[in-house]
Amino acid sequence: MKKAPDIYGIMAEFDSPTAIVAAARQAYEAGYRKMDAYTPFPIEELAEAIGFHKNRLPLLVLIGGLIGCIGGYLLQYYLSVIAYPINVGGRPLHSWPAFIPPTFETTVLIAAFFAVFGMLALNGLPQPYHPVFNVPRFELASRTHFFLCIEASDPKFDLIQTRRFLESLGASEVTDVEV
Amino acid sequence: MAVTEEHPHKRMEAVIGPPPVIEPGHDFASVTDKISAIVLRRRTPLGWFIGFGISFTVMMVMLYAIGYLLLKGTGIWGINVPVGWGFAIINFVWWIGIGHAGTLISAILLLMRQQWRTSINRFAEAMTLFAVACAGIFPLIHTGRPWLAYWMIPYPNTMGIYPQFRSPLIWDVFAVTTYATVSALFWFVGLIPDLATLRDRARSRAWKIIYGFLAMGWRGSARHWHRYETAYLLLAGLATPLVVSVHTVVSFDFAISIVPGWHATIFPPYFVAGAIYAGFAMVLTLAIPLRKFYGLEDFITLRHLRNMAKVMLATGLIVFYGYIMEAFQGWYTDNPYESFMIKNRLFGPYWWAYLALIFCNGVVPQLLWIRWVRHQVPLLFVISLIVSVGMWLERYVIVVTSLHRDFLPSSWGMYAGTFWDWATYIGTLGFFLSLLFLFIRFLPMISIFEMRTLLPQAEVSKAD
Repeated sequence: MKKAPDIYGIMAEFDSPTAIVAAARQAYEAGYRKMDAYTPFPIEELAEAIGFHKNRLPLLVLIGGLIGCIGGYLLQYYLSVIAYPINVGGRPLHSWPAFIPPTFETTVLIAAFFAVFGMLALNGLPQPYHPVFNVPRFELASRTHFFLCIEASDPKFDLIQTRRFLESLGASEVTDVEV
Repeated sequence: MAVTEEHPHKRMEAVIGPPPVIEPGHDFASVTDKISAIVLRRRTPLGWFIGFGISFTVMMVMLYAIGYLLLKGTGIWGINVPVGWGFAIINFVWWIGIGHAGTLISAILLLMRQQWRTSINRFAEAMTLFAVACAGIFPLIHTGRPWLAYWMIPYPNTMGIYPQFRSPLIWDVFAVTTYATVSALFWFVGLIPDLATLRDRARSRAWKIIYGFLAMGWRGSARHWHRYETAYLLLAGLATPLVVSVHTVVSFDFAISIVPGWHATIFPPYFVAGAIYAGFAMVLTLAIPLRKFYGLEDFITLRHLRNMAKVMLATGLIVFYGYIMEAFQGWYTDNPYESFMIKNRLFGPYWWAYLALIFCNGVVPQLLWIRWVRHQVPLLFVISLIVSVGMWLERYVIVVTSLHRDFLPSSWGMYAGTFWDWATYIGTLGFFLSLLFLFIRFLPMISIFEMRTLLPQAEVSKAD
């Protein structure tokens, strides 16, 4: 299990969504865990194929929505009842039906913030540098081609064995990714 | 490309199905290159410079009108004592209504899995943002002292005063700012993968850096895509009730009051339908010349145009139903003020506005029932323009005819927009078009990555 220290991983290139999903499944079955696939558009089956199941984003958005909902209502309650009570024609200070529209808006607003910034944070973006961009053909990952990268940090990673394995999957090109 | 313009024969369609959402013969590379080339490769057409130049000049008219307003005050407008809400509110409602189609297309049609939305959602979202920007100007300058607009936000201040949350005007502040923010987020999230494409496709170093900066290091990782899709779907789910709520709250500005012609329970649904109606009209107005000038008939096909025409017809009928119900309620309530209001609308001094409104919004869209009309691209363009005019007239009728006859005849009055009212309104059209011209020049106007998913090659075949 010799690892070259300046290698991030080995990347294989495929030219169809079917090929990359099949390759990712085989790599997972062969015992590789630290890997990622790069594609020009979302492929539903792919995340599952590389063994990615845990998605905490929906929970984050729910929390954001609850913060917005409770916070928005309490804000209005505090301002209208405690901080700045005005008697308008004897109507109750705590006019809860009137507080619903702003509460709805703050719920949506904070939930949307959590959805967008939560997604970016979980994805580790913005990220100015990433080793995969060192592969010259990687710019095709945003256009036509599909890439599978087995990372050097995987316990099963071996410079020669892994390369041979990826070649056996029918990759059109296999490249070392420098750190 | 001329072939797609032809009216597909009925029997043909029965055999091969409706026109495709993307013309055959495209692959990942051609879709990517064709859309990104507009931004990166092709020379900016002369028409772009002329169009942008005219729009920018008209925008200057707006800035001049606003400058003069700040100098003189709202007295330069036509507003007076019975009609305190003039062009400012008419234009605000008109613009914000136009903005609704973008979110409807990107959010509601996404949840309903309407694939045809893909090639029009990006610029419809951009249109939403720019329309909301135009809309936002009007209530701000209508306050007379826009530099104090931040007083509408509840923040701890030394004056010890806070906004009145029992007022629909404050609900509106929350609804419109939330809508603008969420629309901007939704639009930007949709852009991230395409910005990465532009980063990878740009030739000059400067553009690589600019698009690279905006793409934030997006690399299309499967894990990222998975969270991205979740975020996009959740945003769509959040934006769907939001889009309905915004025009509902705008209609509350009217409906919560006791003014005859405004105080009606039909207002929220009828405003929301009107907003979608006006928005789809604007999307058609923009999509038809865009696909022509940039040769995008392969991506924005007849299928899109006729689907939009159908949505316009459906929402137009809801709006027309609203007009009929208003008239019916005026008669049925037996309230002298309500029945006077509708009589005054029909036969009073603004009868011409009401008649023109019924013609534009009630009569003309009925042409869309005819299949032949839905396939005539120039005719659709004309109808969409008429609908935009009609929706403006609708707000004019609602605002002016309800206010100009107050409860006491001694406080009756008349209203007409002044030169400055018109200059501000037309100026915002220039502002809107300037932003759109910049958008189509510097950002992909069709979502590239979503177009890729529509291709048959994007399917993962089950046999593996």
